[in-house]
Amino acid sequence: MSKLKKFYMNDKIISPLIAIVISFIIAAIVMILIGKNPATAYGALFYGAFGTEGALINNIMKATPLILTGLAVGFGFRAGLFNIGANGQLIIGALLATYVGSQMQTFPFYLSIPLMLVVGMLGGALWGALAGWLKAARGAHEVITTIMLNYIAVFIANYVVNGPFQAPGGVPKSPEIAYSARFPNLVTTGATWLSAGIFVALAAVVVVYIIIEKTKTGYEVKAVGFNPYAAEYGGISISKNVVLAMAISGALAGLAGTMQVMGVYYRYLGSLGGSMGFDGITIALIGQNDPIGIAFAAFLISSIRAGSNQMQIAGVSKNIVIIIQGIIIFLVAANRLVKTLMVWKRKGVEEI
Amino acid sequence: MDNKNKKDYSQYAVVMEQIVKKFPGVLANDHVDLFVKRGEIHAIVGENGAGKTTLMSQLYGLINPNSGKIYINGVETRIKNPNDAIAAKIGMVHQHFMLVDRLSVVENVVLGMEPSHGPFFAIDVARKQIRELSEKFGLYVDPDAIIEDLPVGAQQRVEIIKVLYRGAEILILDEPTAVLTPQETDELFDVLRSLKAQGKTIILITHKLHEVMAVTDSVTVMRLGKVTGVVKTKDTNPKELARMMVGRDVLLRVEKDKAKVGDKILEIEKLEVNENRGLRAVNGVSFSVHKGEIVGIAGVAGNGQSELVEAITGLRKVESGKVIFKDVDITNFSPKKHREMGMGHIPEDRLKRGLVTAFPIYYNFILGKHDDPKFCDGSFLKIQDIKKFSEELVKEFDVRPPLINILGANLSGGNQQKVIIAREIAFEPDFLVVSQPTRGLDIGAIEFIHKTIISMRDKGIGVLLISMELEEIFSLSDRILVMYEGKIMGEVRPEETSTEEVGMMMTGHRLEDLRSQETQEV
Repeated sequence: MSKLKKFYMNDKIISPLIAIVISFIIAAIVMILIGKNPATAYGALFYGAFGTEGALINNIMKATPLILTGLAVGFGFRAGLFNIGANGQLIIGALLATYVGSQMQTFPFYLSIPLMLVVGMLGGALWGALAGWLKAARGAHEVITTIMLNYIAVFIANYVVNGPFQAPGGVPKSPEIAYSARFPNLVTTGATWLSAGIFVALAAVVVVYIIIEKTKTGYEVKAVGFNPYAAEYGGISISKNVVLAMAISGALAGLAGTMQVMGVYYRYLGSLGGSMGFDGITIALIGQNDPIGIAFAAFLISSIRAGSNQMQIAGVSKNIVIIIQGIIIFLVAANRLVKTLMVWKRKGVEEI
Repeated sequence: MDNKNKKDYSQYAVVMEQIVKKFPGVLANDHVDLFVKRGEIHAIVGENGAGKTTLMSQLYGLINPNSGKIYINGVETRIKNPNDAIAAKIGMVHQHFMLVDRLSVVENVVLGMEPSHGPFFAIDVARKQIRELSEKFGLYVDPDAIIEDLPVGAQQRVEIIKVLYRGAEILILDEPTAVLTPQETDELFDVLRSLKAQGKTIILITHKLHEVMAVTDSVTVMRLGKVTGVVKTKDTNPKELARMMVGRDVLLRVEKDKAKVGDKILEIEKLEVNENRGLRAVNGVSFSVHKGEIVGIAGVAGNGQSELVEAITGLRKVESGKVIFKDVDITNFSPKKHREMGMGHIPEDRLKRGLVTAFPIYYNFILGKHDDPKFCDGSFLKIQDIKKFSEELVKEFDVRPPLINILGANLSGGNQQKVIIAREIAFEPDFLVVSQPTRGLDIGAIEFIHKTIISMRDKGIGVLLISMELEEIFSLSDRILVMYEGKIMGEVRPEETSTEEVGMMMTGHRLEDLRSQETQEV
């Protein structure tokens, strides 16, 4: 078998692709059942995601934080950790970055931009490492602690932007960050603009890929994730790597929040976190915890979301995309099912 | 179709004819024939993956053949599932017991077919039936004992009673002695003989040839899915059976020269270690190992050996006592420190401890040494160097298939063990803890591993060998320690003792008591 063919036959790539195709087919059937034309709907969806310059920019801006939260959750999974707390880590990272950004009026951009990124990552890393430490030291399961830390982060942020760090005007939002701390707009079309954040996200993809595949840290984290007993036997500290993996995961989530501050809102808004942390779980699942897969999965989700408004205008409820997303997750999570189908097919071929 | 009347299988309890079973990529049973006479004990022997268990699973209806026929007492019978098998009076005792630990013997035996008085469970009836069965066949067990309180040998008797209670005339036993002490094995053989005397037919799956010789009437040998020999036990010998199993001559007992014992390398002093539930598992153990010798620890599984090994290698906390290695007190040092000081470890559970099965082989070859300057420049792995190192090891240790990119999970047990041994030896340790090195491996692989361990010893490495297999302990060790309930029962030299004596120690008799009894009797 040629190398290329082998690459495409790889279950890791082919089973999410099959899941995506099946989910679009099922959603099409649903549309037919409710008397809508799926061709029109999908046309509109595609147009809304890629059809115009504005659409494409909107799509990329939506994808930017999703890539990062996807990486955050995916990295956790590689260490055997289920980080449900990307949202909390994102909020803390964004909040700290905003505070620092608001104090840097006199700083040149080459100082303030890197400083923002570092502070945003540190904030997220701290929040993630806290859950990691609770697990390593006390055996508290990260699913529970990260959920709890999410609430704590949300309430801290609400308090801060309604009190000590509130912009004048009575709305729950912080003051703006300094101009030097904002990403430059690469392209501006009407009311939408493309910030440089996407490059940070893509750089993060490369860095995470290198960490996982090429470094000692990646080796240790993966060993702990796959088999903690064997890791321990090999002299790898489980506690250290659990804390480290949660910190790296949190840093990526914090960076996602920082992207929203530096490229979209220029301040901390009460609703900044949204559901991006949880979307990260979906994206990591679809992307099979592979950094490059995650980048594609983030674009898939951002595309169907960006296109859904256009679909609504074309007369098909935008909630269809939730069905699509749900079925993809179901099929990817139940990927044994898809694999079984594939094996059947191969067997059928053999027996003929 | 040929004439059915031509085949008269009425003297056979079981005939399996031209059985073919395909699994994806393997022909597990390739036109296998099996003839088992009524009232005999018939062994099926073969290496792992020879297709023995596959064949028996088809007889018991756990899986179905692609083609072939099964005759029970001369009548063609279709066995689609275990219910059909039970209806045909076939019973199977699995290698892993299928008992509910918290229930009593009676409750376990009747489970699923409880006798009743109206709506109530007639435990007295059940108890009486079980007593009758156990007396009839010499299967002594207290009907009201709770399963988890019983020793393994008694649990196995419960399994056999369970099968008999369901009316079995044909009993299949899958590797029944794997978990038993020598004495329990002898008791089991007595039970098998008594079952045979009362007309039951027994099929014994095993790879222990001396057991075949001890208890069976005839043998079917399998290799790579095919039958390679059918013999009467009295007309054969272990050497011939081994040749049929492996396809070449095999050394059943590895030859070794006298040990050249050097300086003391490991000293254990009054070691106390807890198991996971916090109960004491190792209770004041002291011994030492010198360079160039193999010290074997014999014992029934679960008598503190695993905890002892973990404490010595730094994987488990030492409660009190000392581990002194190369004159340094390393008690409760990290596993990493142990490795750095030159202690290698071949763990008892290769899947749980020894390998990251989701890693490719070349990653597994550096487990424990991944931050060695040879493989890592501080933060980045030297992947090319790691691969080159792995290529060499794969060649040297003949790992099959010889691919370094294959995942650990996709190797056979023997090859997984080769990877672990290759890794531990490549690190050039001065001392090696070897735990259950051949568990579940076939004769060919065992021979290789035994030779490797001896060659390590001859290079002057101190070896601590822990094994549940007495044969292995006897053929490799220069000194034997026997462990029972966390204590050492005695130390003997293999040439000055017998399996009986070691077996007695394994069940809790102290060596000095045994020896003093002997002198009294004389």
